Amino acid sequence: MEDQPKFPDLTDAERSALEELMPDEISEIITSGMKRRHFLKLFTFTGTGLLATHLLGIEQLMARSATGNPLPPTGIENGINVSFKVNGNTQQLLLDSRMTLLDALRERLDLTGSKKGCDHGQCGACTVIIDGRRVLSCLTLAATCEDREVTTIEGLADGNKLHPMQEAFIKHDGFQCGYCTPGQICSAVALVNEAKDGEASYVTNNIRKTGKAVELSDEEIRERMSGNICRCGAYPNIVNAIREVQGDKAVAQVWQFADGTI
Amino acid sequence: MRPFKFSIAGDPETAITTVSANANAKFLGGGTNLLDLMKEDVTHPSALINITRLKHTAIEKTDNGILIGGMATNSFTANHEKIRKNYPLLSMAILAGASAQIRNMATNGGNLNQRTRCTYFYDVSMPCNKREPGSGCGALKGMNRNHAIFGWSEKCVAVYPSDMAVALSALDAVVHVQGGSTGKRTIPFADFHRLPGNNPEIDNNLKHGELITSIELPENDLADHSYYLKIRERSSYAFALVSVAAAMSLDGTKIKDVRIALGGVAHKPWRAAAAEQLLKGRDATIANFKAAATAELSKAKPLEHNKYKVKLAGDAIVRALTYALNGAGYGIEAGLHSEV
Repeated sequence: MEDQPKFPDLTDAERSALEELMPDEISEIITSGMKRRHFLKLFTFTGTGLLATHLLGIEQLMARSATGNPLPPTGIENGINVSFKVNGNTQQLLLDSRMTLLDALRERLDLTGSKKGCDHGQCGACTVIIDGRRVLSCLTLAATCEDREVTTIEGLADGNKLHPMQEAFIKHDGFQCGYCTPGQICSAVALVNEAKDGEASYVTNNIRKTGKAVELSDEEIRERMSGNICRCGAYPNIVNAIREVQGDKAVAQVWQFADGTI
Repeated sequence: MRPFKFSIAGDPETAITTVSANANAKFLGGGTNLLDLMKEDVTHPSALINITRLKHTAIEKTDNGILIGGMATNSFTANHEKIRKNYPLLSMAILAGASAQIRNMATNGGNLNQRTRCTYFYDVSMPCNKREPGSGCGALKGMNRNHAIFGWSEKCVAVYPSDMAVALSALDAVVHVQGGSTGKRTIPFADFHRLPGNNPEIDNNLKHGELITSIELPENDLADHSYYLKIRERSSYAFALVSVAAAMSLDGTKIKDVRIALGGVAHKPWRAAAAEQLLKGRDATIANFKAAATAELSKAKPLEHNKYKVKLAGDAIVRALTYALNGAGYGIEAGLHSEV
């Protein structure tokens, strides 16, 4: 790699966690970032709970370089000044009027968690939450976001604590290639709130009954998640993850590490 | 996407004046269809005026019905207590459309203005009289399995995609608009969308600069017996091959009033007038439902690849009426899994 990405210094806790897990590779990680083989090695070192904690550490390590300094604009036509909140931080940007929220997040704020899938509102990979409602950032002009509050996958965790939906997706392996996962998780987080508020779906029984939280059957979860397409077909695991967060009972995990890999 | 000027309107007058002053300007509601069309270069307005901050977002009772705001989102409307209780057909139809993310963005006014998903319209390298008047119709002799079986012309065989509008057609809604030379006016739903005729590029009878401020739902006694059935190639998040909005009121076993509208079969929501006429005053039986469906579909003119829609639409009418009759809850358990 000619251009090595710059990473901020690790905190003592992060450094000791990594050193403990991968003493041989810590210096390489610090200079060149997280690579797939590190990830796989980390995966074999840890059980699920540990993995979650460390994934978060790495994720935040990566994300930290992104906050504070929005990238400079280039080639703007019909520029618009927009002030809005992203994951709790107020952002003020001069934007091309054509720029979608998805492109503003990825290209200007370096928040690349939200993915560009179809870019035409057909796949849901770009799902973010605006003022509490899930929407498609690829069909949202950034210029329309003045004063709005945007939450992306990067903003769901509470400090070092993953959002319960993120933990459930890890526990149930609700992803394979993972490209659609950020949008799936944002969608699932909003879905649980919609059901709590008694919002109906096309498959809700007796739509005329209002004012009660909707209990989510698998059928309900599938219908409500139908705007998020996963080409790998990780759907059964995603349904389990959402059932776990929505209900008060743990849902049995359907996979485990093979003997001898830990 | 081509460059355009963007502005935000704080009141309807400003929005209307700004759009009226520029023949190539458009209102921007949720943008779920407009942005997509701009990315595909099917449409290229030189100015967009964001109207989502206008105050027409309420759903309120009037003397003879309910007014739903043109700028209210589809999600808000479908889930509003007054709509779910009194117009479950409308809630079901909205919830059958698109995905939760899109319904959270899309506005009611924008929904009515959405454009066909005909692949020849979307593909700018293909001829399409709707996109480019005079260029021809690629679908007429092309792949037309998703196209119209009613009301089409040699110029255009595209279908109109909205589910919400099919329910609004059955509910005899009235569209309230502001702007243009007349100030304010109302348009009965049956007159809102157009058949293609010689000008398929004109989808509806709104004039440039006119803004949909609200949609009025007249009071009715259809809520107990109504159902929106949508047939599509996957069970969710797809446009209808055929859809049916069915509602009736009963006097004993006899049908007092009945409304049937079809989606996915014409350039506008297709009100099944022949079927309705046959059913009024008759007993609500499956045999009569079948006779009504046959009467309506006998007038269908399928294209080369969509003959299947004739049988599909007939069966769907019978099924939707049966669910509506049973007051069959609304949803998959009570409805789609039961035998007809």
